[in-house]
Amino acid sequence: MIKPEDDIHAATAAADVEEPSSAVVPSPVLWKPLGWAKSNLFDSVPNTVLTLLALFLLWETVPPLLNWGLLQATWGVADGTAAACRESAGACWALMGEKNRLMLFGVYPYDQHWRPLLATCIVIAMLATSAPRRFWRRELGYAWLAAIVVVAWLMWGGILGLPYVETGLWGGLPLTLGLALLGIVLAFPLSILLALGRRSNLPAIKAICTGYIELVRGVPLVSVLFMASVMFPLFLPEGVSIDKLLRALVGITLFTAAYLAEAVRGGLQAIPRGQEEAADALGLPYWRKMRLIVLPQALRLVIPPIVNQFISCFKDTSLVTIVGLYDLLAASKAALADPEWRPYFVEGYIIAAIIYWVFCFSMSRYSQWLERQLATGHRR
Amino acid sequence: MSGMGKTAKPTTLRALVYSARFRGVVYQVLVVGGVVALGWYLVNNTLANLAARGIATGLGFLGQESGFDIGEGMIPYSAADTYARALLVGILNTLKVAVLGIVLASVIGLAVGVARLSRNWLIARLATIYVEAVRNVPLLLQLFVWYGIVTALPVPRQAIDVGLGVFLSNRGLKIPAPVWHETYWPAVIVLVLAAVGLFVLRRWAIERMNRTGHPFPWLSTGLAAMVVLPLLTLMATGAPVEWSVPQLQGFNFQGGVDLSPEFAALLAGLSVYTAAFIAEIVRSGILAVPHGQTEAALSLGLSRAKTLRLVVLPQALRVIVPPLTSQYLNLLKNSSLAVAIGYPDLVSVANTAINQTGQAVEGVALTMAVYLVVSLALSLLMNWYNAKVALVTR
Repeated sequence: MIKPEDDIHAATAAADVEEPSSAVVPSPVLWKPLGWAKSNLFDSVPNTVLTLLALFLLWETVPPLLNWGLLQATWGVADGTAAACRESAGACWALMGEKNRLMLFGVYPYDQHWRPLLATCIVIAMLATSAPRRFWRRELGYAWLAAIVVVAWLMWGGILGLPYVETGLWGGLPLTLGLALLGIVLAFPLSILLALGRRSNLPAIKAICTGYIELVRGVPLVSVLFMASVMFPLFLPEGVSIDKLLRALVGITLFTAAYLAEAVRGGLQAIPRGQEEAADALGLPYWRKMRLIVLPQALRLVIPPIVNQFISCFKDTSLVTIVGLYDLLAASKAALADPEWRPYFVEGYIIAAIIYWVFCFSMSRYSQWLERQLATGHRR
Repeated sequence: MSGMGKTAKPTTLRALVYSARFRGVVYQVLVVGGVVALGWYLVNNTLANLAARGIATGLGFLGQESGFDIGEGMIPYSAADTYARALLVGILNTLKVAVLGIVLASVIGLAVGVARLSRNWLIARLATIYVEAVRNVPLLLQLFVWYGIVTALPVPRQAIDVGLGVFLSNRGLKIPAPVWHETYWPAVIVLVLAAVGLFVLRRWAIERMNRTGHPFPWLSTGLAAMVVLPLLTLMATGAPVEWSVPQLQGFNFQGGVDLSPEFAALLAGLSVYTAAFIAEIVRSGILAVPHGQTEAALSLGLSRAKTLRLVVLPQALRVIVPPLTSQYLNLLKNSSLAVAIGYPDLVSVANTAINQTGQAVEGVALTMAVYLVVSLALSLLMNWYNAKVALVTR
């Protein structure tokens, strides 16, 4: 099968000088893929060994995985039990059919599931609409405001004919998306203030902002969330209680703000000093100088890091599982608590992982694309 | 407000209000006053709430008997010990998993990062798949999967025999370990001496090369000495070499070193996850070195390995070290996810203490303080290293 093996000695002789692969003289091969394989997979002895090793590994893992995941898998069950899965040796994707509602929406009232579904669709559609640069206008802001009002109405209900659903019952994908989005949106203004404060000339303000940023960045999110869930109730006057979801949201916001502040500071540092001096020469007071001259240039540079921060915020929301909220991960875990389906936890986690992956991967690709689009020459 | 003017210059109210300096002072006083007032308000509320619930304040609870057991630890501990000791066990567990995780993640990350740049198409593709698959899925989910896999392994009686006395079962990983013997001391002393000798040798080799231009293979010589000399001492002193090999007794293994399922899952999850990020850092660091550097080194007649070691890597490290530091810090902080799979790290022990005593403020504050101190120590260490590899400019 491996024809180029014969030529390997000739190739090794050449490999002592280690020419880049593109410069390898194309031997008169009969068949193009063979030539490609020779220059990309078998161009030297170490490379051949590596290729063979990788092929062996793939041979060992891929067919059994395909067999388990596709060929012998159970895709659906008629009777709602895992009996069919127990008989087959393959994966039990029937889990998805039986438990998708619980995994996606948590303990939200069953007959009302269309509401979180619609809300999620609206949010995803708005995210997709916000992606291309030509839609970045004032109208988009109004559209987001309207979307947030509609989504809040859908989730809470209580007016206009929808029954009220308390936040304790929210869960699944809508919760994950909502926490990540609100976390970033609420952290953004705070992070701008923190970043400006850290670069301020006023020593007391600089110290407070630097202290806050470094303190929060030095501790894990888990302990911030614990603080939010155990200590916030103690901070408030007696008789005032705040919602568990809100506590987690405040924790995530305070945490994200510190990281975002560093991204914003990076943007601020990239603005040439002359811009500020010019604004000073024009006699602009501090806030107008920032609002009209510095921030518009700095924030434009910071958009890709913000998207990256959103990705990690999206992944980090999974930690609210630990303080007892039913986000996508916790809801998947709850779905797997059913003894009938417990043996198929791998399938359940794979489904949840695919959902997270699709969101994170598409956003990171978007962020890379955006970075190229926004390259303005300030950066390398 | 106008009475506050203390400046010596002739002041009118108007000049004062428009003086940038005076305004700066006023803003700072306002902000500091606001922060202090907020802090006072929160502390006041907290004290009132704690008093209403009959919860004690202060760190006095640290001296009390904890009354709970901890699954594993590096120092002896029982339920009769104090909370302080329990927290110490937690801190050591956190450090253990963080240090091992950092080492493993660096090794995997370096390998995958180099593999992504490999001229071998298949290897580069596999490395890309690894990175993209791992870093786009939350760590907590990956930890659940690892933990699920480890606990779904067969019971000790049907343990998977990996060979060489290594066994995998749902009680964790068992590996053989040498038994400590009094007669090993000379060998240990020789090992330490050899390590010191390595540094002396390095200084001498560099000094000689600067003087004469003749290189000396100090690293390989030194490392070989570190392996060979202690072994020779062992043979010379005639110390018995004994291995404690895991053996099935009853329902579980006895002997050997034990990695609990929780620890194994946490270590695997943390290293695999962080390695994906480290791989990207390594890749961008290597790509940041212009190709001309490699070409120049090769044209001087340096071998591939020497080009990498003497020309590319030192320059790549400048780009790699700062983001690598933050990945190490992330790994340390992420080790707190242990609480979700029941590994007794600092957060998990502190949580138990908080639940028992109700002293949430002190517990959370202590946890945060420990993480801050460790983070600062780690970043100081890495900054020192960074200063060593950084470009020296005028």
